Amino acid sequence: MKYRLFTLISIILFCTLWHHSKAQYYNDPENHECLKCHSGQAYTFHNELMDLEEKKLMNPYFILDTVALALGVHNLFDCTDCHSYEYVTYPHASNLKLESLITCLDCHGGDESFASYQFEKIEEESQKSIHYQVYGDNFTCSKCHSQHTYAATARTSSDVLEIVDYSNKMCLSCHNNMNKYQLVSGHENPQLIQVHDWLPNQELHFKHVRCIECHTEIVDGLMVSHNIQEKAKAVKNCVECHTTNSRLKSSLYKYQNLQKRSETGIFNAVLSNESYVIGTHQSPFLKLLSIIIFLATLVGVATHTIFRILKK
Amino acid sequence: MATSKKIYFYPVWLRIWHGLNALGIVILIVTGISLQNIESSFIGFNSAINLHNISGVVVTLGYLIFFVGNIITNNSKYYIVKPKGFIKRPLKQIYYYMWGMFHNMKAPYPLSEKRKFNPLQKYFYIIVMYLVVPMVIITGFALLFPEIIIENVYNLSGVFVTAIFHSALGFFISIFLIIHLYVATIGKSPIDNFKSIFNGWH
Ligand code: HEC
Ligand code: HEC
Ligand code: HEC
Ligand code: HEC
Ligand code: HEC
Ligand code: HEC
Ligand code: HEC
Ligand code: HEM
Repeated sequence: MKYRLFTLISIILFCTLWHHSKAQYYNDPENHECLKCHSGQAYTFHNELMDLEEKKLMNPYFILDTVALALGVHNLFDCTDCHSYEYVTYPHASNLKLESLITCLDCHGGDESFASYQFEKIEEESQKSIHYQVYGDNFTCSKCHSQHTYAATARTSSDVLEIVDYSNKMCLSCHNNMNKYQLVSGHENPQLIQVHDWLPNQELHFKHVRCIECHTEIVDGLMVSHNIQEKAKAVKNCVECHTTNSRLKSSLYKYQNLQKRSETGIFNAVLSNESYVIGTHQSPFLKLLSIIIFLATLVGVATHTIFRILKK
Repeated sequence: MATSKKIYFYPVWLRIWHGLNALGIVILIVTGISLQNIESSFIGFNSAINLHNISGVVVTLGYLIFFVGNIITNNSKYYIVKPKGFIKRPLKQIYYYMWGMFHNMKAPYPLSEKRKFNPLQKYFYIIVMYLVVPMVIITGFALLFPEIIIENVYNLSGVFVTAIFHSALGFFISIFLIIHLYVATIGKSPIDNFKSIFNGWH
């Protein structure tokens, strides 16, 4: 008994310590080697030439979100695990601009411990996508996934709206941002609201379904389809979703983490606890009940009619 | 029902309401069923949605006519229930429909200037017009503007609960309609009551 108690305590202790050690780098941005500059609108540095403290504005695209950073999947890393250690000096050396950064596949490819994510399969699918076809290797995974802040939301969240919001922001951060869009493309970004004006309740839809629901080919066995197809192949037919065998069931609503919370007895057709999609939630019980009542009414009416004719 | 003297039962506003309502409700039932079983429907999802929404608004406007009409005219007197014989009176009417009318009994509550509906009919009309139709309208509009619905009821989506309730009420109205149509054929002749709701005279 004592022995067990001891083990329990050491496990708890270990977990808290380990948890603490996680993200330790980013806990105190003010005093972090890099974040003291890269987390605020302005930064100060010592100008050695003039020998004075100078304050300047930070390039808004180089400001990191420290909260998201600490919550991201890579919070175990420090900046210089990925970036060159030479960045500790400021001004950063100009040759650092040429530094080639490691990609997702460099670290995750062939690694057994991440097998469930199927990185290789995802890469294969991504390379079929319209983005890759048009922009080739320039359209890296990092164009959608920030290595700093990415969190595997679809896998861990139990809130559909959160999953949708997180996923759609990954697309909108570029499609709704002229500057970022120009980073990859030479032309202007089409206005999404106008492009989708055929879709009623557009705002509601964009809050309840992911862009990828309509824009990818669903691959069974892959948690998140990555093959973004050309617009002509996008789903426009309402019935694809608004029906009993909705495509949402094999994409957005397939996640275990969502289904666990919605086992609700006779309404077992309820797949998600946050959304109701007209046409999809058929309760076999209620359907049968209504057919029985309906037939009983007709039989009643028919019998009454027969008696009226006979007794006339 | 034996008198040959005709009574003017259905004033123009009532017939306008009833016409709009009947047409609207029939479309709502057809499109409502389509939305739930869209694969086997002859209307596209998009047109089913639009038709359902438009008819819903028509029925709502119609309901306002009914509601206001019954406040400002004396048609409302036919809808007043007396506590005396609250249970017994409709039972008597049921007995008549189930047994009496086949055994040459007289209708227990013949229609007159003072009485447009028999007690059973009155109860049904009150339940449908002052409970079910208003509820179906409210839940319908809630589904049209889902952001006004509370997010979660216990573990279920508020929208889901509202939608189930809306469908159940719609189903109740469908059953009411079948019975309503059938009972309306019990008159001097099977089409007599239908003529009345058109020309106003009973
Ligand atoms: C004194 C402030 C300051 C510190 C400390 C600092 N940086 Fe920077 N960093 C900047 C500024 C300003 C830029 C914008 C480009 C420039 O001026 O070189 C920048 C640019 C960058 C870039 C983008 C380079 C490019 O052009 O693509 C990277 C990557 C970077 N910093 C990483 C780091 C890392 C990693 C650390 C910590 C080891 C760090 N920085 C510390 C101020 C700082
Ligand atoms: C897991 C690896 C990884 C870690 C850890 C990391 N970075 Fe990066 N960082 C990258 C990659 C990859 C890019 C290039 C992104 C792209 O190509 O769009 C990048 C780009 C940047 C940029 C350029 C702006 C941008 O977003 O493109 C800055 C600034 C930067 N990192 C700063 C930091 C700082 C500061 C830290 C520590 C708080 C840090 N990075 C930690 C991988 C990392
Ligand atoms: C520098 C190597 C490196 C790079 C580059 C890198 N990762 Fe990781 N990644 C890791 C390590 C190591 C972990 C495990 C961290 C932990 O256990 O907390 C990890 C964790 C993850 C996880 C969570 C796995 C889990 O089960 O907790 C995901 C998802 C992930 N990375 C996706 C990506 C994506 C997408 C990219 C490219 C945008 C990427 N990674 C780039 C090294 C890397
Ligand atoms: C066009 C944007 C886009 C590109 C490019 C992209 N992804 Fe993704 N990826 C997404 C979205 C959206 C998600 C879903 C976000 C979430 O986890 O909720 C996702 C999810 C993932 C996941 C988590 C899947 C799971 O099982 O939980 C991994 C791993 C991943 N991507 C890897 C990659 C790799 C590797 C690449 C490059 C070969 C890549 N992605 C390129 C948009 C993209
Ligand atoms: C309900 C399905 C659906 C959803 C959800 C959806 N789209 Fe679309 N999208 C389409 C269809 C269909 C087209 C093709 C429209 C056309 O050709 O008229 C399209 C077109 C586009 C285009 C091409 C614009 C052009 O004309 O070049 C882009 C970009 C796009 N969508 C991005 C997005 C993004 C980003 C999201 C998420 C915020 C999203 N879509 C959500 C169905 C959808
Ligand atoms: C870094 C910017 C960026 C991100 C992030 C991004 N896209 Fe794109 N996307 C583009 C550009 C640029 C084009 C224009 C391609 C072209 O020139 O035909 C495009 C084109 C498209 C098209 C239209 C293809 C066609 O046939 O014209 C769709 C659909 C689309 N993206 C969907 C998405 C979805 C869904 C996501 C999120 C999972 C996403 N995009 C994320 C930049 C981005
Ligand atoms: C990608 C799947 C998808 C497609 C395609 C789709 N919808 Fe939806 N639709 C949804 C989801 C999810 C909701 C949100 C349900 C909720 O409120 O939780 C929704 C909601 C709605 C609503 C609002 C229902 C309410 O609760 O008030 C209407 C109306 C609607 N859709 C009509 C359409 C029409 C018309 C089309 C075709 C032009 C269409 N949808 C295409 C998934 C889809
Ligand atoms: C095709 C559809 C319909 C037809 C043919 C029809 C027919 C009739 C007839 C013949 C009457 C007069 C006889 C009577 O008072 O019982 C009547 C009255 C009435 N109907 Fe209908 N009906 C239809 C749909 C509906 C619907 C959908 C509702 C309500 C949801 C409804 C509610 C009423 C009410 C409340 C009255 C009494 C009105 C009054 O006199 O105050 N009817 N209907």
